[in-house]
Amino acid sequence: MKSKKKLIAAAIVLLALHLAILLAGFVAPYQPAMQNRDFPYISPTRLHFVDARGHWHVRPFVYQSVARPDSLYEYTEARDQEYPVHFFVSGSEYEIAGGLPSHTHLFGVDAPAQIFLAGTDNYGRDQFSRILYGGQISLAAGLLATAISLLLGVCIGCISGFYAGWIDESAMRLAELFLVLPWLYVLLAVRAFLPLHISPSQTFLLLVAVIGTIGWARPARLVRGIVLSARSRKYVTASRGFGASDAYILRRHVLPHTYGTLLTQAALLVPQYVIAEVTLSFFGLGLSEPMPSWGNLLANLQQYNVLVSYWWMFAPALALVLVSLGYLTVANAFHQQLQSGSI
Amino acid sequence: MPRLGGLAVLLLAAVHSLAFSSPPQAPQHGEELQITDNEVGHYGGVLTVGQRSEPKTLNPATAADAPSREVIGRLTADLIHINRASQQTEPALAKSWTISKDGRVFTVNLRHGLHFSDGQPFDADDVVFSFEVYLDEKLHSPQRDLLVVGGKPITVQKINQYTVRFTLAEPYAAAERIFDSLAMMPRHLLEKSYQEGKFAQVWTLNTPPAEIAGMGPFRLKEYVPGQKIVLERNPYYWKADHDNNRLPYLDELVFLFVGNEDAQVLRFQAGDTDIISRLSAENYSVLSKDAANRGIELFDLGPSLEYNFLVFNLNDLASKSLAEISAKQTWFKDLKFRQAVSSAIDRDGIVKLVYAGRGTALWGNVSPSNKLWVDQALPHPARSVDHARDLLKSAGFSWKGDQLVDPQGRPVEFSILTSTSNAQRTKMATIIQDDLSKLGMNVHIVPLEFRAVIDRVFQTYDYEASIMALGGGDADPNPEMNVWLSSGGTHLWHLGETKPATEWESQIDQLMQKQMVQLNYKDRKRLYDQVQEIIAANTPYVFLATPNILVGAKKNLANFKPAILEPTTLWNVEQLYFLSVNGSPSGAKQSGAKQ
Repeated sequence: MKSKKKLIAAAIVLLALHLAILLAGFVAPYQPAMQNRDFPYISPTRLHFVDARGHWHVRPFVYQSVARPDSLYEYTEARDQEYPVHFFVSGSEYEIAGGLPSHTHLFGVDAPAQIFLAGTDNYGRDQFSRILYGGQISLAAGLLATAISLLLGVCIGCISGFYAGWIDESAMRLAELFLVLPWLYVLLAVRAFLPLHISPSQTFLLLVAVIGTIGWARPARLVRGIVLSARSRKYVTASRGFGASDAYILRRHVLPHTYGTLLTQAALLVPQYVIAEVTLSFFGLGLSEPMPSWGNLLANLQQYNVLVSYWWMFAPALALVLVSLGYLTVANAFHQQLQSGSI
Repeated sequence: MPRLGGLAVLLLAAVHSLAFSSPPQAPQHGEELQITDNEVGHYGGVLTVGQRSEPKTLNPATAADAPSREVIGRLTADLIHINRASQQTEPALAKSWTISKDGRVFTVNLRHGLHFSDGQPFDADDVVFSFEVYLDEKLHSPQRDLLVVGGKPITVQKINQYTVRFTLAEPYAAAERIFDSLAMMPRHLLEKSYQEGKFAQVWTLNTPPAEIAGMGPFRLKEYVPGQKIVLERNPYYWKADHDNNRLPYLDELVFLFVGNEDAQVLRFQAGDTDIISRLSAENYSVLSKDAANRGIELFDLGPSLEYNFLVFNLNDLASKSLAEISAKQTWFKDLKFRQAVSSAIDRDGIVKLVYAGRGTALWGNVSPSNKLWVDQALPHPARSVDHARDLLKSAGFSWKGDQLVDPQGRPVEFSILTSTSNAQRTKMATIIQDDLSKLGMNVHIVPLEFRAVIDRVFQTYDYEASIMALGGGDADPNPEMNVWLSSGGTHLWHLGETKPATEWESQIDQLMQKQMVQLNYKDRKRLYDQVQEIIAANTPYVFLATPNILVGAKKNLANFKPAILEPTTLWNVEQLYFLSVNGSPSGAKQSGAKQ
């Protein structure tokens, strides 16, 4: 029961995160590439409820930030006027899910005040918006690579387990070979062989596809084991006796056994591949400016001065941790259900 | 406990180093030492400097990389030296020199009675030998280009043991500056290898220290691969303070190989190194937060001589199969297009965001800190997106929605190449990308590994635009010849021109040639001002900004006078000494040694 509660909690967090990321344009107050050159490295905007005169406000408000004279990237709040946070405000144009244009943003404040919930980066770009938009890239990378891995894994695992013999032998030895491949070096090698004129986003998609392809071995081995045990069940022999084709047996009697394992694998692989994207961007193989991704955002921390001076630059890590924990909790819950035989 | 253990090792090391470093020789009779005007210091101490990468060689005639030159510069000396503080030439191994009326003949008088760091005497034979090596065509020494004036190499002739005559094919402005950093090499150690044609292989990092000798303030003591290179006092050095103490004061100079800039900062912050140069503005502000507590002092020396710029590929691509880039060159070759780009770029934003305010916007190739040569009359037009749009309109460009299209209706889209090793230039590209998007230009940033960038810009011409930096070597215009002559090797926007491609390039050629043979400063300045104006008007480079030179040192390091010319911090290393004996790690070493 406890694991069910955890599963529900994790699922809600994941759903909320995915929804926010999918609707990044709506949730984010600003465009991810918009630079505010007057506000580089500003710390997260504080939301106030009590104004300078001690009055309570129901609606949270912010103060306008002003750069402290003769200082580097230090700011104070101009407390003479409050700017309340409004919901469903009109702002810059964006597209929902790649199609519908819209102007409405979930929240915002009136100019000249600005609201940076997670501070800004070197160019004064809103980190909160960038984390949401960056999540689109990072999660897409994770989901895409997972889909490729599972698809390949299921195909190869099924064939291998079902037909056994030399097919099984050679497929599994190949799988072992892939398991020991250091994928980071493979990616670096692949990048070096790619022609340089293809655009960074194409390169990125290609690399994600490569990660997904390299990752087929583990799901394939799991699927093969399940298929191997399922094919020798009596009802499979019986159905064969009734003249069922291989395809029918696989679809009707064997594959359903793998679903639980595949779900668990998917939940394990998504965070793994999201982190792979972060690693790629860390090595400069990810998307280039001004496109954000969680890896790009975290790569800022490679600079010592950013690491020690601007704590809010760690914010993308929080999103990464939430997503990873969420998926792993789900995987764990799936696994336990699987053990108890309820999937 | 491990800390104490570390301290004990330090103390042991200090005792070791003190016991084995040779004491300076007392000045000898007949030895013409140079008397320096620095504050008199005291002997002792080890100065540790962090280097980003290992030197590749210790051979003065083949070294081309900065780390090698930095080390070699401390091991060797030149005849005439540019004082890094005053930026003027001053006597070094040459006591004095005379120039003939036509400006072609230099007669150099050497100091008498000097010795190399192995104790062997130094005289005119060593000078003649050194120049023979530098001028040897087979050796491809990077210094050779400088020594070829008017198409002919300088001739070098020994007059007597302490006099050498140099003859130039034609008059050459500020000719004495070319002697700077030309290391004088010991004939007695190197002549045999040179005769055998093996000079390129001498003085590697693995050469035993006894086989390396120079006229510099230090000599090689030890090289530990991957870790450090240790230099010790040259006991025969030819400078003394006005109390007649032979320099240098320091016992040892250690170059630690630490890796990148951040590692340099960490080691400096931890007290492992005593000096840091080439600091970025962000790290400068990180260090300045607790500078007082850590006993360090930071210096902002103002704008450097380096200029960062955006360059468009204007190369002749007829022989290359780069059709896409050739098509875009119709835009790049249009002066109004380049001017529009220049007008739309927020240089103040670059200074603020890339250099954290510690930099200066540029509209020309000469940094404002180069007071002798900068053209004060050069216009500094303010950023104007509207002006940029007007320029584009008058050049036949128009807008489809937000996208800029050229007269043929093609959308304006190009890429800017930057080096991944230089985060600052990638930042500039990000700012420029945003600025140009306001003109409707679609700009991509392509960060590539440094060598790949160099290869594309210099060899294959397979790029559209790039952000690069030049300058920083010397304040004089002559080292810039290569950049501005249409035949020059760093004439980046259009390399390999057999004749000037445009009218204004041929004007620059003439003016640069004229200033080179003009000996009068005022006339030279007038010519060079014209060059700067032509460059600014034709925008072959879109000049962006120059960073300030930022350095730091331990507070107890005395006579520390950083300068904007390279080497910014170690140029007067022979005069440096440690003030206090207590408190700092180097002080701890000394007090430990006394016990």
